[in-house]
Parts: sequence; structure tokens; C-alpha cells
Amino acid sequence: MSAHLRVDPIRCSGHGLCAELLPELIRLDDWGYPILVESDVPPRLEQVARRACSVCPDLALLLDP
Amino acid sequence: MSESVTVAAPGPLRPPGRGRAPQPARLLAMLPPVGSWLPLAEHRRVHPRPPDPRRRPSGELIETVERSGLRGRGGGAFPAGAKLRAVVEQGRSPTVVVNGCEGEPASRKDALLLARLPHLVLDGAAFAAAAVGAREVLVCVTRGSAEVARSLDRALDERRTEGGPSVRVMRPPDRYVAGEETALVHWLNGGPAKPTVAPPRPFERGVRGRPTLVQNAETLAHLAQIAAFGPEWFREVGTAGQPGTVLLTVSGGVSVPGVFEVPCGMPLSAVLRSAGAADPPSAVLVGGYGGAWISPGTAASVRLSVEDLRPLGASLGCGALVVLPSGACGLLETARVLGWLAGETAGQCGPCVHGLAAVAAGVSALHDGRAARRDRDQLRRWASDIADRGACHHPDGALRLLRSALSVFADDVDLHARRKTCRGKAGPAVLPLPPHSTAWR
Repeated sequence: MSAHLRVDPIRCSGHGLCAELLPELIRLDDWGYPILVESDVPPRLEQVARRACSVCPDLALLLDP
Repeated sequence: MSESVTVAAPGPLRPPGRGRAPQPARLLAMLPPVGSWLPLAEHRRVHPRPPDPRRRPSGELIETVERSGLRGRGGGAFPAGAKLRAVVEQGRSPTVVVNGCEGEPASRKDALLLARLPHLVLDGAAFAAAAVGAREVLVCVTRGSAEVARSLDRALDERRTEGGPSVRVMRPPDRYVAGEETALVHWLNGGPAKPTVAPPRPFERGVRGRPTLVQNAETLAHLAQIAAFGPEWFREVGTAGQPGTVLLTVSGGVSVPGVFEVPCGMPLSAVLRSAGAADPPSAVLVGGYGGAWISPGTAASVRLSVEDLRPLGASLGCGALVVLPSGACGLLETARVLGWLAGETAGQCGPCVHGLAAVAAGVSALHDGRAARRDRDQLRRWASDIADRGACHHPDGALRLLRSALSVFADDVDLHARRKTCRGKAGPAVLPLPPHSTAWR
């Protein structure tokens, strides 16, 4: 079972750090808000995904086990 | 749109087991004239009192609903029995919320039920309360209708001697998204009527933290009749996937606008004929403002059921049907409605706030003949980029409207790009755009 990324759309204000850290899984829409290209996080990206969650200024990126 | 008619003339509701073909009018079988409501004594001649929860176990009541196959009639078409069960399984004292907000501008059916057949809805709410073990029912209705408020007051007064759950009438702000169930719970808990991120869903944690059953008014009216006449009776009409009848609010290019009751799965063309639409029909908006346009060709053959509409990217939604009159411009109407939907955003989620405004402007540009090929491609990309990224499905409804318009009105898009003129411009707006309320509380 891989970990699962999700965005809290109400908290998110589109800083875009997540897409910089995790371009494999996240891209930004035309207004700078994240689109999850893939929400299942492969084990090799789990650590960086965790970091992306912790640096999100809105704490809007969440990693469910 | 004030007068209401059924496909079958209203008459006495036939209880089950009397033979002959079932008549289409069930909920509306005892519909009293405009401006009046069906008193309790009249209602009780046909509909027995809801079960006493002390005599009938919850499991038995829920099984009855599950066997009926009833699906929610507020828009999501979620199986009603499964929703009841999910609330009960929380194992804590729940609350029942009757959702009669009907923020959909093209829908009038919940207001019709609440204003003229309030006991049907209140019986259903009492049944649901018995089924989930709730002692409290909150009836949420629009602030805009004095008729609904009056009828509920009188109806609750009449029921005082019958016992049953405690019922309170609540009046959330008249916003399009206020009827979304997390928004409704948010408001009932003292917040603004804006959606919240789920989970938790209301059935897990709702009003004052309790498991909360939020059920549309029409759904509860069906529940009342299922309780009275049984699930087998309910399934005598409708389709396997969507048994029973459904209330449709038909408006636009028809000579007989109003609320119709038809069996689920009825051909759209038959409904259009009854409502006096032109033959062959023009495009039809099915499912309200967050619904989908159906082309004239499809409108001639499609049936109004979950199974038939799903492959078209459409759903019956809250049952609102708007017929595009001949001479009106589908692109213009879509641009207007998208602009209105953008204005109804709760303003919480980036993709909704920015995306809907952009999409509305994009369709306006198509209509004005200002859009280049790459603008059309961009609209298509937005339709998939924005999808499924809001806290609620408000943006998804707008995108369904967009996608269907791009496909059904593809020829109009070309025409507007070449000629830069529009035959619809002179005409009045077909789809009503109510003023945006400023209140969220």
C-alpha cells in the first residue's frame, strides 16, 4: 500500500511549493493551484512528499498513510 | 411558473393491492389547488401515521427503504437506504435535517411539496427519524418563500397532538451552495453556509457533532409513501436502478411550465410533449444549472433515468428541465449561467474562484466570436483541469454544463466565430438568474 496525497482546497492559497518539490506528482493549474497528477506516492518519493507537506505554508498538502 | 400539473390528473391515491396499472401521480395525487395546502385530516385519510420507533425496530425500517431502491432526489441520486444505514452505524444519537433549500433557480418541486403537501415531507422526516433513532428534525427551507413558511407553521401546529420527533424550521441563506450538505451543517452549527472539506461527512460528524442525516424534501416525501404502501408498491413504476416516480420542474420553451410527476425512466420526449414543447424539441438542459445540455437528437430518444443519462455525462440532478426555445442561443444562455454560477462560489477554493470566472469569460468570448482556436482548446483543458478539485461539487456542475455546451452547441461556436452575430441576443434570458444574496449566515 502506497501513501496517498491530497490537497485541502479550502486551506490552499496556491503558494506552489509542492509542485516545485514534487514535480513528478504535482503540477500547477493556470492560477497557480496544485493539480495532483498522481495521488498514490511511490515509496521512493515518500520522503520528499512528507517534506512537501511540512513546508506548505497553508498546511494544505496532506499525506494519508 | 406558478401552476403545477402532473402527467396524470391528480386524483385519489390508490393504495397497493387493488389491481390495475399504477397511476403516475403518487406524491402529487392529492395536490390541493394553488394557494392552499392539504390539511392533516385529509392527508391521514390515505397516509397512516409514521411508525412509532418504540414499536418498530430501526433495522426493519431501514430494510424497508433499502428494498424500495429509493435514490436521493436532491441531485446526487445516492441510495437513501445506504445513507440511513451509514448514520445508524455511527452508534450515536443522530439528527435529521430536511433539505428544502432548493437553491437551484430552475427547480420548484421542493417548494411545491413544502407549501402544499407539507405532511408528506414531515411524515418522511418522522419515518427517517424513527429509522435512525433521532429525536430531533431540522427542516431547512428558503427564506424567499412566505408560502412555505406559512404552510409549515400550520402543518406543525396540526401535528402537535400526534407526537413524533421534535421539529424545528430553519431558514439558511438563499445561496446556491448553501443546500450542499456540508454547507448546510456548517450553517446549522453557527458558521457561514459554505461547504467544508469532507471527510468528515455529515453522517459521521454533523450538527453539533452528531451523526446527521441530510435528506432532500422530495426524497423524504417518497419515504413517507414507502412507509405507507411498502417497497414493492414503490417499485411498481420506474426503472430497476431508479424505482418510483420523480418530480420534474419543466420551464423554458414550453407552453405548460410547472412541476410534473413521472415514473423514473420515462422518455424525455413524452415529458416535453406534456409540457407543450415544440416538436422536434430544441436542446434541453437536464439536471439544473449544474446539469448538462442534451441535443435535440438525443432529447428525442433518451429516457430520464440514472442508467440512461450517465453515459451522456448527464444526470437528473434535482429534476429541473429547461427547454431552449427556438430562437434562443444556447451559447449565450450557457455564458450567462456560467457567469451566475461563478458569482455563487463560496470563494473558498482557488480552482472554483478562478476557474469558474475564467470559464464563464471563455464562453462569453465564444459567443461574441472573439475566441481563437487556442481559446477553445484552453476551455477544454480547463474543463478537465478544474474538475474534482473543490471542497464541494459546485465547480464540477459548472464544468458539466460547459462540456455539454461545447458539444451540443459546437455548430453555434463555429457560426459565432465566422459571422460574429447571434440570433439569440435580442431575446430575453431564458434561464432565470436570481440576484446573488450577500448573506452567508
